[in-house]
Amino acid sequence: MALRSTDILTQTPQGLYCPLGDFHIDPVRPVKRALITHGHSDHARSGHRSVLATRETLLIMAVRYGADFASSTQEAPLGESLRVGDVTVRFTPAGHVLGSAQIAIEAGGTRVVVSGDYKRAEDPTCLPYELVPCDVFITEATFGLPVFRHPDTRAEVRKLLDSAALFPERSHIVGAYALGKAQRVMALLREEGYDRPIYLHGAMERLTEFYKSEGIPLGETPKVVASERSKLAGAIVICPPSSIQDLWSRRFPDPVTCFASGWMRVRARARQKGVELPLVISDHSDWDDLCRTIRETGAGEVWVTHGQEDALVHWCTTHGIRARPLHMLGYGDEGETEEAPAPGAEAGDAA
Amino acid sequence: MNRFAALLDRLGYEPRRNAKLRLLTDYFRHTPDPDRGYALAAMTGALMFKEAKPGLIRGLVEERTDPELFRMSYHYVGDLAETAALIWPAPGHESVAPASDDAPAIGHNNPPPHVPTLTEVIETLATTSKSDLPARVAEWMDALDETGRWALIKLITRELRVGVSARLAKTAVAQLGEIEPDEVELIWHGLEAPYEDLFAWVEGRGERPESGNPAPFRPSMLSHPLEDEDFAKLEASEFLAEWKWDGIRLQAAAGHGSDGRPVKRIYSRTGEDVSRAFPDLVEALDFEGAIDGELLIVREGRVQSFNVLQQRLNRKAVTPKLIAEFPAHLRVYDILFEGEEDLRALPFAERRKRLEALVARIGDPRIELSPMVPFATWEELAAARADPASVGAGPDADAIEGCMVKRANSPYLPGRPKGYWYKWKRDPYLVDAVMMYGQRGHGKRSSFYSDYTFGVWRDGPNGEELVPVGKAYHGFTDEELVKLDRYVRNHTVNRFGPVREVEYGRDRGLVLEVAFEGLQRSTRHKSGVAMRFPRISRIRWDKPAAEADRIETLEKILERGEKEVYPLQDKAAKRQKG
Repeated sequence: MALRSTDILTQTPQGLYCPLGDFHIDPVRPVKRALITHGHSDHARSGHRSVLATRETLLIMAVRYGADFASSTQEAPLGESLRVGDVTVRFTPAGHVLGSAQIAIEAGGTRVVVSGDYKRAEDPTCLPYELVPCDVFITEATFGLPVFRHPDTRAEVRKLLDSAALFPERSHIVGAYALGKAQRVMALLREEGYDRPIYLHGAMERLTEFYKSEGIPLGETPKVVASERSKLAGAIVICPPSSIQDLWSRRFPDPVTCFASGWMRVRARARQKGVELPLVISDHSDWDDLCRTIRETGAGEVWVTHGQEDALVHWCTTHGIRARPLHMLGYGDEGETEEAPAPGAEAGDAA
Repeated sequence: MNRFAALLDRLGYEPRRNAKLRLLTDYFRHTPDPDRGYALAAMTGALMFKEAKPGLIRGLVEERTDPELFRMSYHYVGDLAETAALIWPAPGHESVAPASDDAPAIGHNNPPPHVPTLTEVIETLATTSKSDLPARVAEWMDALDETGRWALIKLITRELRVGVSARLAKTAVAQLGEIEPDEVELIWHGLEAPYEDLFAWVEGRGERPESGNPAPFRPSMLSHPLEDEDFAKLEASEFLAEWKWDGIRLQAAAGHGSDGRPVKRIYSRTGEDVSRAFPDLVEALDFEGAIDGELLIVREGRVQSFNVLQQRLNRKAVTPKLIAEFPAHLRVYDILFEGEEDLRALPFAERRKRLEALVARIGDPRIELSPMVPFATWEELAAARADPASVGAGPDADAIEGCMVKRANSPYLPGRPKGYWYKWKRDPYLVDAVMMYGQRGHGKRSSFYSDYTFGVWRDGPNGEELVPVGKAYHGFTDEELVKLDRYVRNHTVNRFGPVREVEYGRDRGLVLEVAFEGLQRSTRHKSGVAMRFPRISRIRWDKPAAEADRIETLEKILERGEKEVYPLQDKAAKRQKG
């Protein structure tokens, strides 16, 4: 007899929990045993007793929290089945950021896949998404509205390069999340033939060095020295989104404010942040890819963790797939993922 | 179309004038004829086609999308054109189609749709019947990407609004060559989209196009503000003075076309043809040449305040009722051409005589001379400026905002030449208000809290409270901006996106001395008043917030000017009551 999906996975205040394996996935509070999908700080928190994750995710957590971020760690080789309690788990690339993985849990002939954050679009800095057929698919819905269709990233990066050519006396300050997006933008710039140094805000430095040590070529990426800011006319500078508009950016010569994010698709969003050159580059699936992925997994049941749950649940329901929103809290609240407040709500300086 | 879309997209986010100019020039330089000409026409409002209604767009989207998904999306995005552009299910995007629809996905086995050029779109719009329009628009929407669709909707609904004035677009064209924008303005009215002759000329490949306009605009001469320290350097006897009217600067030009018919036009200060808004004034232009003056509303021989004039401006429909209620007059002060004769090189005093003679010949009360203000010394002029009524301005004194001081031998020169014309404005109104909110600026100021909302005291349900009365973002120096920015950051009590609320109350808060030119009633503001040209004149670091002004101070200023806005209605109302 096949197990019910809730025997394999349930929702607890700490996050998704597997009773048969006695572990949590991406818990938002410290737990005994955590399986982590990827290194963004809202999914990968410190203080768990033991952590199972891909090698890259474990290293990213060590870069962020120090080597003692958990009492014990175990590496999950991609594609290999591991026995945890009474279930089998398998990590498969999710295409979100370096080291990101989906986690498939199997027991009694039922397979549940927790996708974490994922994208289907090409990314030179991480392994591509691999489809895992399943019975229950747990998906995010950060961009779960049909207005979100991410364009070709190369065209977006060319926008940046065209602007840098048209305004050579101004510096271009690009807001991008420190893990994943920043390095992806750098890699895309290199793919388009940009060979000048790409300047980094101090907050970008360690993770960028980590990407380089993993063999991802990002070229010359000097850290911006405060005294030299005023001399960076014509330069491309990458910084955390919260810095694009603040005191830090003031010393640059007449900066063009850019922001690389899927949110930039919506004009009001870009204007609210004072962005002058929005770059629609996202590490999440757009609407079409969310729908396509759900269909391709063959799942008869879909749980939507966070983001624009309602529209995606509506779509599933009208396409004969059982679906429910989990309204999970705690994801994307640090501005590390592409989470943003509801339209019209306070954006604040730290968003 | 894609290139035009990319331009509009970029312009929509760019606050800096010079950057906009560069984007426009770059577009004109790299876009072939006739596309660039049609783009110019779109931005200068020179395109002639019947615009599409937003309902057409909505209808097309509703046919193609799940209504629930469309509703959620529209709610999220907040703008119909943008929602339509983003949600449009282009071929291959069947995931927003209504699920119950069993029809095969559109265009799956068809060749990729043809992306229209801007020229194709505009030429098709001019010839497409209303009933064929939806199908055409749908074809284009299928072929374009998100930005392209957004630009298409903006274009066909005539809602471009990307912060580019006609003047700026023409300036960008002029910059393709070494040509002054005014030169483009001079010939503009003889030109037609797609302006291939214009581009050929500015790029040095062709002759200067004939103006073809028997009543062309000539660039206006502008003045400099007169500062206190200037008087020591200026000899009063070399100058003449007129009142400075609180109206709208206009140039009236009249001639006759090759067919002998009279051509009469009215231009704004920047050369925009505004004739259509003032048919009553156009009718009075019984002369040939070009004269320069101020648009004023005159009722029963008395010049009305700017508040009254505003009721006549920016109206889409100029009805007989509007004309009767707000009769437009042109109070003239200079003459540029008389017939074919160019008078601009003559001294101002000479031109004035020619103007006086011309106005007498026209003999229409709607075209009248702006009187001279006699004076022998600067002190005398200062006295006149302080009290215009005392030197013959009579009941018009309310519409006077100072004096124009012009060198008697001044030629009429385009632009703002130094040393000839000065404006000596009446002192502005001043009010002490308390800063309530700071908002981030744009462009160069995007890292500064540079726009300040301020309030004055009034009696509230719980005692005295501050009510916002305006917002100002200039008047201070760069050093003061740094201090104000720091003040906002250090006294923030609340954050709303780009806005911060600062501390204020009877015993705390920063007092700003705000200068402004006038007040109007406003239903959009909580306080019921709106300021004209507010700016920060001084930062009163020393003044306690409790000593800032009260709303009654503003009410008094308001009462002076407002009774006259709708006198005909008032009279009608009284009659009804009576």
